[in-house]
Amino acid sequence: MGNRVAIVGVGMTKFVRRALETGKELSWLASKMALDSCGMTMNQIDSVVMGTAPDTFDGVHMKGEYLSDGAGGFGKPYMRGFVGGGTGVFSVAQGWYHVASGMFDTCLVVCEEKMSTFQPHAQAAFVTIFDHIIERPLKPNLLWIFALEMNRYMTTYGLRKEDIARVAVKNKTNALYHPCAQIAAPVTVEDVLNSEVLAWPVQRLDVSPVSDGAVAVILANESVARRVTDKPVWVEGCGWALDTAYWTNRDLCYPRYVEEAARMAYKMAGVTDPRHQIHVAEPYDPFDYKELHHMEGLMLCGRGEAPQLTADGVTARDGELPVCPSGGLLGVGNPIAAAGLMKIAELFWQLRGEAGKRQIARKAKRGVAQAWGDLMQVGTVVVLGV
Amino acid sequence: MSERIAVVGIGATQFRTITPDVSYKELMFDAAVRAYADAGINPRTEVDTFVTCAEDYIEGTSIFDEYVPDQLGAALRQMHTITGDGLHGIATAVMQLRTGRFGTAVVEAHSKASNMLTPDGIAACAQDPVTVRPLCLNSNFIAGLEMNRFCAENGITRDQCSAVAVKNRSNALVNPIAGQAAGLSLDDFKYAKPVSLPLTDLDIAQPVDGAIVIVLATESKAKELRGKPVWLTGAGWCNGSPNLETRDWSAPEYVTKAAKMAYGQAGVTDPRHYFDFAEVDDTYTYKELQHLVALGLASPCDVGLNTEQGKTARNGKRPVNVSGGALGMGYMYEASGLARFYCAVQQLRGEAGAMQLPKAKTAIVQAWRGVPTASTAVITLAA
Amino acid sequence: MAKSKVQSLKSKVHGPRPVPDAPPYGPIATGLSDDDFKHGKVCTTRWTHDAKYAWDRGVAIGKYLAGLKRGKILAVTCGSCNRTMVPPRAFCEWCFKPIDGWTEIKDTGVINTFSLCYVTWDVKRITEPLIPAVIEIDGASKGMGIMHLLGEVDPKQVKRGMKVKAVWKPAEEREGAITDILYWKPV
Repeated sequence: MGNRVAIVGVGMTKFVRRALETGKELSWLASKMALDSCGMTMNQIDSVVMGTAPDTFDGVHMKGEYLSDGAGGFGKPYMRGFVGGGTGVFSVAQGWYHVASGMFDTCLVVCEEKMSTFQPHAQAAFVTIFDHIIERPLKPNLLWIFALEMNRYMTTYGLRKEDIARVAVKNKTNALYHPCAQIAAPVTVEDVLNSEVLAWPVQRLDVSPVSDGAVAVILANESVARRVTDKPVWVEGCGWALDTAYWTNRDLCYPRYVEEAARMAYKMAGVTDPRHQIHVAEPYDPFDYKELHHMEGLMLCGRGEAPQLTADGVTARDGELPVCPSGGLLGVGNPIAAAGLMKIAELFWQLRGEAGKRQIARKAKRGVAQAWGDLMQVGTVVVLGV
Repeated sequence: MSERIAVVGIGATQFRTITPDVSYKELMFDAAVRAYADAGINPRTEVDTFVTCAEDYIEGTSIFDEYVPDQLGAALRQMHTITGDGLHGIATAVMQLRTGRFGTAVVEAHSKASNMLTPDGIAACAQDPVTVRPLCLNSNFIAGLEMNRFCAENGITRDQCSAVAVKNRSNALVNPIAGQAAGLSLDDFKYAKPVSLPLTDLDIAQPVDGAIVIVLATESKAKELRGKPVWLTGAGWCNGSPNLETRDWSAPEYVTKAAKMAYGQAGVTDPRHYFDFAEVDDTYTYKELQHLVALGLASPCDVGLNTEQGKTARNGKRPVNVSGGALGMGYMYEASGLARFYCAVQQLRGEAGAMQLPKAKTAIVQAWRGVPTASTAVITLAA
Repeated sequence: MAKSKVQSLKSKVHGPRPVPDAPPYGPIATGLSDDDFKHGKVCTTRWTHDAKYAWDRGVAIGKYLAGLKRGKILAVTCGSCNRTMVPPRAFCEWCFKPIDGWTEIKDTGVINTFSLCYVTWDVKRITEPLIPAVIEIDGASKGMGIMHLLGEVDPKQVKRGMKVKAVWKPAEEREGAITDILYWKPV
């Protein structure tokens, strides 16, 4: 049943509000670092996958084609996958099927985002994600859908803002040890609760920033992986699922699509009891409540239970189930597709025991990364193990 | 390698210049229903993975993949989008099926080109934002540059390019879904309007709306289904340089590389004599000739002559674009390759009606993603 | 359309930071400050898109909008799963079959969830919040809502579960658009 696929190298640029480098250059920097990290050259790369979210940010139509040479796609089979915010983690699933199909020995997966190009503010580009006839005339802001979902989540389970703010505190603090972090800060729950209200219940410190950055990982089949590194990190399972576009017809309090994606990935990985078989998690946290929402979707806890785990310190870096030890999108930054791949990179370092100051206290042999996107609709999940 | 991959279902709408009666969702639904009926499957329970090929700027919606699952029966299922031609989508489905984790896959691509009010402005957004866009050129200039170089280098004449349009648009006259069929003659090119010389308006495939859905399955799954499978023997794809400054204007090496990949899988050593017919990209007239050479289906010295002498006509020795191609069926952006794929499967099944070739056992289908890209996909098929 | 604006790079850009004690080692990418950017200390090229669209409404949404013009909210029904669906669609996405019919539903509903939004779509700060909400329409199946705005209500008083009613544009001003409903107000 297919070939085993491993991650053998990782590269990552710093996440910044505005990069001097172009998207092509960021892609190149991350790709080169990934190659160098495992002593490979571009000649050893058989295929390339590019992940990047909406073209409107860069203002470049067919952005995948434009970025292709920066990502090492020249003269190679090159493919750009696309599932909105879920792209970063999905790109590894895409790289996985490139290699697992037996058609390629290696695949370079690059994710890039340059959100600073859109002026004056990247958020305005998001009006074009809404239905052009029945939603866009209402002039929606991207924050609406998060606020609507967060409110639904809070009222369904009777949560207070401080239950959720703890996630922002944990992640922004975790990010202090991440050299690429854009907005790491030792904030407190009070800071979050006192920050500017953007779209109640969403406040300034509940939200990840607008960022530029790129991340690259190298996937290889078993024989190449064994030659390239002593410590391959195996892609044990991948999953993705896309729910209906009629988002106002869904109950927003629970991400069914994440559960579907997780079930696919867990089945492939042979995980039957995620709460105990997953040792470290990097769920998608563009907003603080999302981490909680996604922990529930990933079945790492029961519905409505994630806030309590956070309050109890279970999800802290030295906790029993460390969640977002990288600092997540809330701390490291959110160059959309690259942020998802950053989570994969973090698991790679954590599972190899190479995360330096960020190394989690418990011993970890298996981790899960997850991203989310579209109209609160897509879940992408990758299970990695050593 | 693992199991063989089969095409088990195809569905398409009519290709028309405007489709004001239906939304893009309804257009896709129409093609999907036809494909699932053709395959005899229920998408809600019997399809394992779905792929749509679309570009945001063409749809006018960011993160367009949000809006695709419902009309394909893919809600809450394994579905994702790629930005690529429909043939890149086929290649994606092939990879997924070959992992052994999936039994059936659906690939969709469509065009609602008529909804773009400023197609040239949108196309310009694909130019390099720093080095090219400030020159404010219509994107067709890139094809003009390439046509000039390609024709000069290979001794291709104006009439030989014109003959491609005459052939393809007349082929389309008997393709019931085609949207740009016409009975042209070489004389008509005397009155063609210059666009970016040597490129004229008659050299450019004109946009149409339409949708195509293809169902693929592994061999074991295909055997459970009632239809007669068409085998997918090879899939290759490749990118050249996205930069106008550094690309080779005379020969698209990326097409040759993609073909080599597909031929390797299909065991093709002599492409010129292997395929009964070819469906290659003809977004611009000269592109058909250029692609035939790059795919190893013709030599640079006789490719133009062959076309002029009718060797690539429907009743010729090596028919090319019997469907009418993009010139005859209409240009469908990301769906252009899939439209040709649809017609090629019809041929291989012997269900092509008035288009039917007497001998159609093996086929090659190729797509190119249009200016300013250097991106191609090649699929080989066998009955 | 295109305006090229090129100026020389005068300020010192912020270089890579020293190698820290945690991977990734050697974080590359050069962050520009607001000052570098806003005062033209780096080269920039500006471009305004000429990307315009006119989307075909299609059968289902076309009929929905025609209903709004007449001051009515129309929904579609699926016999297989017994749902009454709004916004309307030509097919049932769960059963994957064409819808079975049309029905008029009420212009009242219940707030499923809401937000008080202090920024506009293009990120301008406002003091009086916009109140987007998902409103479950009376007569549609449970949980079937649409996104719209609330009005004539004190933001502090908005609650989940609150009953609301559509406030329509005057009939002669309606144009067959979602904005033919101005907003929804508490009953």
